[in-house]
Amino acid sequence: MIKRLFIFLMLALLAMIFFNLAANYSENTTLSKLGHYYVEKGPQELGAPNLVTAVVVTYRGLDTLGEVTVLFISAAGVGLLLRRTRRQQDGEDLEKGDRAEETAITHRPASEIVETATELLLPMVILFGIYVFMNGHLSPGGGFQGGAIIASGTMFLLLALPESHISRLLVAITESLSGFSYVIVGVLGVILAGGFLDNRFMDLGNYGELFSAGAIPLIYTLVGLKVGFELSAVLDRFRKEDSGPL
Amino acid sequence: MNIIADFPISHIVLGSGLALIIIGLWGMLTQRNIIRIIIGFSLMDTGIHMVMVAIGYITGGTAPIINDAVPFADAVNRVVDPVPSALVLTAIVIGLGVTAVMLSFALRIYKTRKTLMIDECSESKW
Repeated sequence: MIKRLFIFLMLALLAMIFFNLAANYSENTTLSKLGHYYVEKGPQELGAPNLVTAVVVTYRGLDTLGEVTVLFISAAGVGLLLRRTRRQQDGEDLEKGDRAEETAITHRPASEIVETATELLLPMVILFGIYVFMNGHLSPGGGFQGGAIIASGTMFLLLALPESHISRLLVAITESLSGFSYVIVGVLGVILAGGFLDNRFMDLGNYGELFSAGAIPLIYTLVGLKVGFELSAVLDRFRKEDSGPL
Repeated sequence: MNIIADFPISHIVLGSGLALIIIGLWGMLTQRNIIRIIIGFSLMDTGIHMVMVAIGYITGGTAPIINDAVPFADAVNRVVDPVPSALVLTAIVIGLGVTAVMLSFALRIYKTRKTLMIDECSESKW
């Protein structure tokens, strides 16, 4: 009881602080100094119309590399936590005989509507994901968003065809290669242009075209592939865990 | 019309973001089910993102994409701050990774203890 009271008191105090913050808040009417610089110089320097992409990929590119690394570590952590040891698997296989009736109920196949919709929509979902990360420098979108769309396509596949499996080897190879190429592109920026992850070592091209803005489309394609495969692997891990008898 | 003038969109986003932070924190502190605690964390995460986006808003600003719709010469006065948006993009991805790890911990706890109640996991309690 005293604990509840304490929590309530703490939240009430926090709410008071927040209320003061919100009450005294007034909209900015001009950009911050940093934002002003990016908006003024960004399109000329980097040739990317989408300034959020310019900030994420180039100006703050090192942060994005760290972000990709965090995502990789969390995917590896999920893999480690949900891994099945040989002994567990054997024990479960033995149990399976006793629980055959129960599992028969839980392994209901997907309905025909879901299966047909998946066959129709899956190529389009993946194509849309690729479109989103290829156009990250021109329109709202980018590597992370495109990767998440591709992973939603994988989710679709896993819902409709629960028996399908994703090749671990393919995921590992694609993920490592794209992560490695990302770092290589960054180092190329140091050698050929102004600094780590500088996109200007490739031709900036015509402003607003698909193949422009130097290395930004290349970097976002690599990020998109990496994120898409990583999230697909995470979904697959959770599914594998779920399908076993608990 | 007056209400819209009194409460611009950024105030609404800021207010609901702060409310979501408190709701999420309340859920994390009071709920005993691990899945509900994770949901509380996600709510708080979303609230923080909304507050950050609201702070980056410039009155009358549009998305910071400089093309035909936003002429280059006038861009500085017409777009919102791109820096908070980029930070939120990073924060969303990190939040997703943290949530995935927490959910796999929850699954692991369920496998070993057959329960999702946090009261059962008392050996690390002080």
